[in-house]
Amino acid sequence: MKTSRWWTVAGLVIVAYSLFPLVWMLSLSMKPPSDIVSGEPQFLPTTWTFDNFTEVFSQSLFTRALINSIGIALIATLFAVVVAMFAAYAIARLDFRGKRLLLSLALGIAMFPQAALVGPLFNMWRGLGIYDTWLGLIIPYLTFALPLSIWTMSAFFRQIPWEMEQAAQVDGATAWQAFRKVIVPLAAPGVFTTAILTFFFCWNDFLFAISLTSTDAARTVPAALAFFQGASQFESPVPYIMAAAVVVTIPVVILVLAFQRRIVAGLTSGAVKG
Amino acid sequence: MAEITMKNIVKKYGDGFPAVNDVSLDVADGEFMILVGPSGCGKSTLLRMIVGLEDITSGDMVIGGTRVNDKAPRDRNLSMVFQNYALYPHLSVFENIAFPLRLRGGLPEEEIRKRVQEAAETLELTEHLDRKPANLSGGQRQRVAMGRAIVRQADAFLFDEPLSNLDAKLRGQMRMEILRLQRRLGITTVYVTHDQTEAMTLGDRVAVLRRGILQQVASPRELYEQPVNLFVAGFIGSPPMNMVPASVEGDELKMPFTSVPMRDEWPAAIGDRTVLIAGIRPGSFEEASMVDSDKVDQGVTFDVSVDVTEWLGNEQYAFVPYDAPEDITATLAELQTELDSEQTRTQMIVAVDPMSRVKDSATLWLDSSRIHLFDPESGENLTRVESSDS
Repeated sequence: MKTSRWWTVAGLVIVAYSLFPLVWMLSLSMKPPSDIVSGEPQFLPTTWTFDNFTEVFSQSLFTRALINSIGIALIATLFAVVVAMFAAYAIARLDFRGKRLLLSLALGIAMFPQAALVGPLFNMWRGLGIYDTWLGLIIPYLTFALPLSIWTMSAFFRQIPWEMEQAAQVDGATAWQAFRKVIVPLAAPGVFTTAILTFFFCWNDFLFAISLTSTDAARTVPAALAFFQGASQFESPVPYIMAAAVVVTIPVVILVLAFQRRIVAGLTSGAVKG
Repeated sequence: MAEITMKNIVKKYGDGFPAVNDVSLDVADGEFMILVGPSGCGKSTLLRMIVGLEDITSGDMVIGGTRVNDKAPRDRNLSMVFQNYALYPHLSVFENIAFPLRLRGGLPEEEIRKRVQEAAETLELTEHLDRKPANLSGGQRQRVAMGRAIVRQADAFLFDEPLSNLDAKLRGQMRMEILRLQRRLGITTVYVTHDQTEAMTLGDRVAVLRRGILQQVASPRELYEQPVNLFVAGFIGSPPMNMVPASVEGDELKMPFTSVPMRDEWPAAIGDRTVLIAGIRPGSFEEASMVDSDKVDQGVTFDVSVDVTEWLGNEQYAFVPYDAPEDITATLAELQTELDSEQTRTQMIVAVDPMSRVKDSATLWLDSSRIHLFDPESGENLTRVESSDS
């Protein structure tokens, strides 16, 4: 009993420690801008206000960035999941030469330091004319999201018994029908988990977003946050930035809370089975 | 409706190991054929080659007069019940059974509904049609798998150890169900099992495989009474046939516990061999006191010591230990390993009358006409009589 109480205390400390920045963010986003520069800093706002949120949504800098974020993350996720689904199926089911090499290469790409790629990509994208476009961000996102998606999904596919598919073939299905009518529905939880993980990756990225964009055309929210300014030169932009940050954090938090079980399943199955 | 003909079928895996080696087998139209053997004998591989899930290395697979070696499973029009049933967990029982019909396309919804209903009625699944496989019991899942097999008019049914996941009681019931269904539909059936009770009760004919090689194809009765070699003799029958070292001494066949006068037909069969293995079914013994007096002369009577007895209500077995020479014991031990059994001591199993109170010792009578003599080297049954009943 005694040990279990200590575990609870330790757990609470850790939760408090990791939640503190979030709470602070929330508190800042509710403060009137005058609080920040008042010279009497305090944790809670003097008056609770939602004005920061309305202000943020009235700025095209933010709304445009939000559209970019949603669009780019969704498109990248969709492509990554579809491509990874076929790749993972092939890896789980077929025996072909160089399978191991391919898998290790994919893992190698996932491990590649992103910062090292930003410079060359900047130059290449300008040369190719896709600098500061959606496509210019979707491509690197795909590159880094695919390996992880393939690994996670092939672990899911491996869990589906072979007989399922063979039964479908004996029942008269073509390979494609067996895949579509039996394998895909069964792998749906895996596909879904992979989709969520990929979406997070694209949604949260800052490095590529800040380096490969220059205008509203493709700038996503994490990058756009840096460009917020106060209502006047004498006002701090911090409450607006925090309000925007809260807005982009909410979808992530909701998704995680709603699907935490599946996300954990996806992470562990990817980790253990590989 | 179709007959299945296998000609010199060989299956070699990547490492060159022949899992199925030169098997030729004819399954007649409407026949119930059993493939049986210990694990790893190639019986499942053979079945999967019939259905098209394994490639055939060489040989011809002919179904209904067409060579199907290069045909995909879906073009062979066979239906199969898998060992783990392979039901589609995301579909209801109805949709599981309707699956093969929907794939076919072109069938009106009404027709599909009618056929699924028929299949469900046959298998008493009507009230479960809306449930998911996960909510069914083992026996019900098994029936759904069979429903999926019978719903379309397939040329043949293939079963891959369909009852091995069920408990003993249910297994007995489902065995009868399968038999009844097959008799009623009259469809060619190939059934893989390692359970010899299933093999004996279900099959019109039984094919015994060992290490990918076909040993004997015969009716269950012939397999039991006239096994072609030591392997088949040891595999078929429960409790198994007793394998006893025997030697020819003059005009007597000497066994550890008794000697039997040589029968007239034996010298020709044995040739100049002096060391043999005698195979005696537990039921070939009787307690001497129970034998009719006019039968006694056909066999020999002798005393043995009894180790333990097993009383099962309707039958009783006595275990009789004996000493055996080393070299033959080694051959027998090897055979035992192959048959997946572990007999640690040399002993005989003798069926005695269930009413008998045998203890410690018994006087037994053995009908010498029911002794099989095997060559210890090749395992061949030297006294086999070709029967005409198959």
